[in-house]
Order: sequence, then C-alpha cells, then structure tokens
Amino acid sequence: MNTRLIRFLGLTLFLLAAPAFADPPSGKAGAIAQEGIQVPRPPFSEGIFPCTSCHDGKSMKLDTKRRELTGMHGDILLGHGPESRWCLDCHDARDRDKLHLVSGEKIPFTVSYRLCGQCHGDKLRDWRVGVHGKRTGSWNGPKEYLLCVHCHDPHSPRFKPMKPMPPPTRPGEIQARKGGAR
Amino acid sequence: MTDLNPTCPPEGRDGASDGCGSRREFLGTAVAAVATALTGCGKLSQEEFLQRNFRELSKEEVRDVIARLEKEYKAKYGKEVKVADTPPIPGVIFGYALDLSRCIGCRRCVYACVKENNQSRDPGVQWISVLEMEKEEGVNLQHADLYYDPAEVPREGHFYMPVQCQQCKKPPCVKVCPVGATWRDKDGIVVVDYNWCIGCRYCMAACPYGARHFNWAEPHLPAGEVNPDTHYFGNRPRPKGVVEKCTFCIQRTRKGLYPACVEICPTGSRKFGNLLDRTSEIRYILENKRVFKFKEELNTQPNFFYFYGV
Ligand code: HEC
Ligand code: HEC
Ligand code: HEC
Ligand code: HEC
Repeated sequence: MNTRLIRFLGLTLFLLAAPAFADPPSGKAGAIAQEGIQVPRPPFSEGIFPCTSCHDGKSMKLDTKRRELTGMHGDILLGHGPESRWCLDCHDARDRDKLHLVSGEKIPFTVSYRLCGQCHGDKLRDWRVGVHGKRTGSWNGPKEYLLCVHCHDPHSPRFKPMKPMPPPTRPGEIQARKGGAR
Repeated sequence: MTDLNPTCPPEGRDGASDGCGSRREFLGTAVAAVATALTGCGKLSQEEFLQRNFRELSKEEVRDVIARLEKEYKAKYGKEVKVADTPPIPGVIFGYALDLSRCIGCRRCVYACVKENNQSRDPGVQWISVLEMEKEEGVNLQHADLYYDPAEVPREGHFYMPVQCQQCKKPPCVKVCPVGATWRDKDGIVVVDYNWCIGCRYCMAACPYGARHFNWAEPHLPAGEVNPDTHYFGNRPRPKGVVEKCTFCIQRTRKGLYPACVEICPTGSRKFGNLLDRTSEIRYILENKRVFKFKEELNTQPNFFYFYGV
C-alpha cells in the first residue's frame, strides 16, 4: 500500500508540475481533478511530449493533407473506424499538445476519454461509473481511472492479446514430483 | 470438468494423515497435555491448543493471540508481520462482479492473489481458477479447461471464467463445518479461523465451486515474498492441515482498498463494492447489466456475480 501511495503521490506531483497537462484556459481545478475524475499520466512514449517541441508552428510547416508519413510517426498505422479517418480528426492541427472535439473545443490529453466518448457514448457512460475500464484506489474513497488509451491504442484500438501466466500444476504432476523427490 | 481442485492430491495420500488434523475434537474432554500426547502434535503450541474460537475471545485474549502469532511469524520469517483483526464496516455488504465479455484469461489475477495472500508457493495453492470455455457451449463445465496454455489469449472462439469463493449468503461450507471454524461475517465475507480449523475438509466437499483449498503439506512461503500486511482471517501465513480460500482480500477491503485481483486485472473485468451503496459500481451493474450467478439452482446465493458488460 505504501508503494502505491508513493507512486500515487509521485504521480500527482508530476501532474501538478507539468503545466502542459493542465487546462489553463478553462481555469478549472486542473487535469487530475477534472470533472472529479483523477487519471494517471497519459501513456506517451518517452520523449514524444510535448508535441510542440517539434510542432512549434515555426520550424515545421503545417501540412494538413492526408498522406503517408515518412519523416516521423511512420510506425503509426490507423486501424480505427473508417478508412477516411485522418490524424487531424483527433489531433489539433495548430495546438499539437491538444486534441479537439467535433465542436472545435480543444481538450488536453488527460481528458482524451471525452474524445472517445463522442463516438463511444455507451462505453464512456460505463467508464464513468467504473464498469468499463478500471478504477483503482479505494472502493469507498478516492479512485484513479485508467484512461481509455491506457488499454486501447487510439490509432488501432483493438485490445491486444497477451501471453497468459502459467496454468496450475496438474494433480498427477504434483504426485510425480513428490514421489521423485523422496 | 467439475473438479476445480486439481492441485489437491487424492484422499489419504498425504497431509493430515499424521493425525494432527483431528486435534480439536479432543477439546473440552481432555486437557491440553493429554490431548497433545494422544495426537502426537508436538508442534502445536499449548496456547494455540487452548485458544477458543476467535469469536468467543475477549479483547485482551484477541490481543494476546495476535501478539503470539506476530512473534511466531517474526521468528519464522525474520521480519515484522502485522496481523490485523479489522472488523466489518457497519452498513457494508461486499459484492463482486466479473465481466465475462471482457476477461481474456491472462491469469494475472491468479498470481496477484497468491502474492497478496501469502499462499504456499510449493506446493502451489491458488484461490482463483480460470476456466477456458467454448463460446458455442456457453457456461458448461463439461467443456471447461483449467490448463489452457496457448501463446496468446484470448483464443478464438473461447471465453474465460475465473472462479473463486462466491461468498454465498447461504454457504454450504459453513453449514457442514463440525467445529464452527468458518462463518459468514457481517460484511458478507465467509471467513476461516485457521487456528480453529481441524482440517476435516467437509467444507471442501460441500463447496460447489471448488473454492476451498487444503494445505496438504507444510506451506512453503519464501521469507522475501511474505506480504507483511495481514489479517487474522485473511492472508496471515497458514499452518499445514488447514483449509483456506478467497476472502475478498479482507486485509485490504476492510480498510477501503480494492481486492488485489481487481487492481491487477488488465482488462478491467473485475468489479467490487458495497451492495448497500446505491452509487457503487456493483449496484450499477446489478441494475443495468445482464447478470447471472454461478450454479444459481443450488440456492447458495452468491454475492459474487458474473455479467456481460457489452
Ligand atoms: C481517434 C483519434 C486519433 C486519431 C485519428 C489519431 N490519433 Fe494520435 N493520438 C490520439 C490520442 C487520444 C492520443 C493520446 C495517447 C496518450 O494519451 O498517450 C494520441 C497519441 C499520438 C501520439 C503520441 C504517441 C506516443 O507514442 O506516445 C502521436 C505521435 C500521434 N498520436 C500521432 C498521430 C498521427 C500521426 C495520426 C495519423 C496517422 C494520429 N495520431 C491519429 C488520438 C488519435
Ligand atoms: C521529434 C519531433 C516530433 C515530435 C516530438 C512530434 N512530432 Fe508529430 N510530426 C513530426 C514530423 C517531422 C511530422 C511530419 C512527418 C511527415 O510529413 O512525413 C509530424 C507529423 C505529425 C502529424 C501528421 C499531420 C501533420 O501535421 O503533418 C501528426 C498528427 C502529428 N505529427 C502528431 C504529433 C503528436 C500528437 C505529437 C505529440 C504526442 C507529435 N506529433 C510529436 C515530428 C514530431
Ligand atoms: C469519430 C468517431 C470515433 C472516435 C472519436 C473514436 N472512435 Fe473508436 N471506433 C469508431 C468506429 C467507427 C469503430 C469501428 C466500430 C466497429 O467496427 O464496430 C471504432 C472502434 C473502436 C474499438 C473496437 C476496436 C475493435 O477492433 O474491436 C475500440 C476499442 C475503440 N474504438 C476505442 C476508441 C478509443 C479509446 C477512442 C478515443 C481515443 C475512440 N475509440 C475514439 C469511431 C470512433
Ligand atoms: C482497463 C482497460 C480498459 C479501459 C480503461 C477501457 N477499455 Fe474499452 N475494452 C477493454 C477490453 C478488455 C475490451 C474487450 C476487448 C475484447 O473483447 O477483446 C474493451 C472493448 C472496448 C470496445 C469494443 C466494444 C466492446 O464492447 O467490446 C470499445 C468501443 C471500447 N472498449 C471503448 C473504450 C472507451 C471509449 C474507453 C474509455 C472511456 C475504454 N474503452 C476504456 C478494456 C478497457
């Protein structure tokens, strides 16, 4: 429990210390407490955030055309919904550190679930009440929600298969082992 | 496949055959020394032998029992092991729900449970059994495999059903215990007093879920792997010859934490909360999802539910 607490505090500090994750324009309490929903750090790969370190609007020219990306992000393959989908449906072209909703509202990555919820309203509803996805912490107190993107890669969201942990020992094997050892 | 206790060797092979299992039947008719001589259970301390059922102990006696246990554990594992006796929280009855439409059978829960609850590593005791079943067959124990081991899960055409203690409202295991060593507490957790259990295993025969497990051999728990945060009725290290099972991580949940299996599940299939709290996720599931109880026809009335989140 102590390690959890430390991890949790570390995380909170991180979020407080990272202004890019907060939501300054709206003046709300900040990302971790947004809508009363506390989330861990978005699962970015090392060094990719802030996106504006490259997408600064100066050194890189904005290109909104749909195209094959060769200079960067070549590993991102879109396999999510219709073929016509393009990066900038979700990522904001001018403020690359944000996502945007169909309404044009810009949102930080800490609330990416709002983006997902536009098309997966039923899942978002279940997620909020802790039925889809996962909440950790205290069943009768503060909880932390995993973001949708902790479990689903937004670019190819199918839940990835994994290697199972080993099966239990068969009764026969226990006997054989014990017999052999004695 | 109806036998969910595959880790247990067949009757009479091992374990309680030294007669220690029946030690407590002598209680009340013989003094400790005589009983010790009769049963030959040298390892059993005099105090432990004389200890009455935990529910009858006074506050001071409970404190003594716990102090004695903590001392024993310290000597055995070379580190502080805390044994709590946290009581049920008033106004709380625990409920659990597992989403069969999400579970992928990765068994992360099985191992998180072993780690949290200080189960014997060798012979391996596991409180959660994950069954692989065929989608076409539905929940059918005739077509269930406990030993599946493909490179990746989920396997095409299959679903997974983890089974653990269902914390029944009418627990058949409690009914058959001849010494009252197991009962359903106020928060709905069915507990076992390991100091009181005589190892007769009637409860295991009575449980239709194969959720109770017997320590046939001396449990082997490496000192480095001991979880020192324990509860008297939960994850404190157990002796040989007693029955154990899932307690919804009593040492965690009575302090407000989620059970270890809930926290580890990578798919978020495991849900836990207070059945009496209208705003809990567990109530939301019962009121809004398709829910079923395992072997409902037996009228054991589990507080563990299975549901379809889709
Ligand atoms: C369905 C909406 C959506 C689309 C379409 C989309 N993204 Fe993303 N993308 C996201 C979200 C949400 C995240 C945030 C993931 C996180 O929080 O870690 C993200 C993360 C990223 C990241 C950071 C990845 C990392 O490794 O941490 C990059 C780079 C990125 N997107 C680029 C792209 C590119 C390039 C495209 C088009 C080929 C694209 N995205 C299309 C939603 C989208
Ligand atoms: C190391 C520099 C670098 C970082 C950091 C970076 N990008 Fe990019 N990104 C590029 C380059 C270069 C391209 C253009 C690639 C091409 O045209 O082949 C690009 C293209 C894109 C595109 C395609 C649309 C466009 O504007 O050309 C999206 C969307 C995108 N990046 C999103 C992100 C997001 C979101 C992040 C942060 C999570 C991010 N990038 C971080 C370098 C970067
Ligand atoms: C613009 C609408 C839209 C948005 C926004 C969107 N999705 Fe989707 N998503 C779709 C569509 C369309 C499908 C395909 C549905 C299908 O195949 O039945 C889909 C499929 C999925 C699937 C199922 C994939 C599979 O193969 O089983 C998941 C999981 C998913 N989305 C997660 C997300 C997450 C997480 C986000 C937010 C980062 C998100 N979606 C945002 C439209 C959207
Ligand atoms: C704890 C991990 C986790 C989180 C967090 C999570 N999901 Fe899922 N999601 C799953 C799993 C597991 C499945 C089932 C995958 C399968 O069947 O292979 C799933 C399935 C889906 C599907 C496919 C349709 C279905 O019902 O099977 C959609 C769409 C989806 N999730 C959207 C979301 C959205 C939107 C969020 C955030 C609001 C979210 N998920 C958060 C684990 C998660």
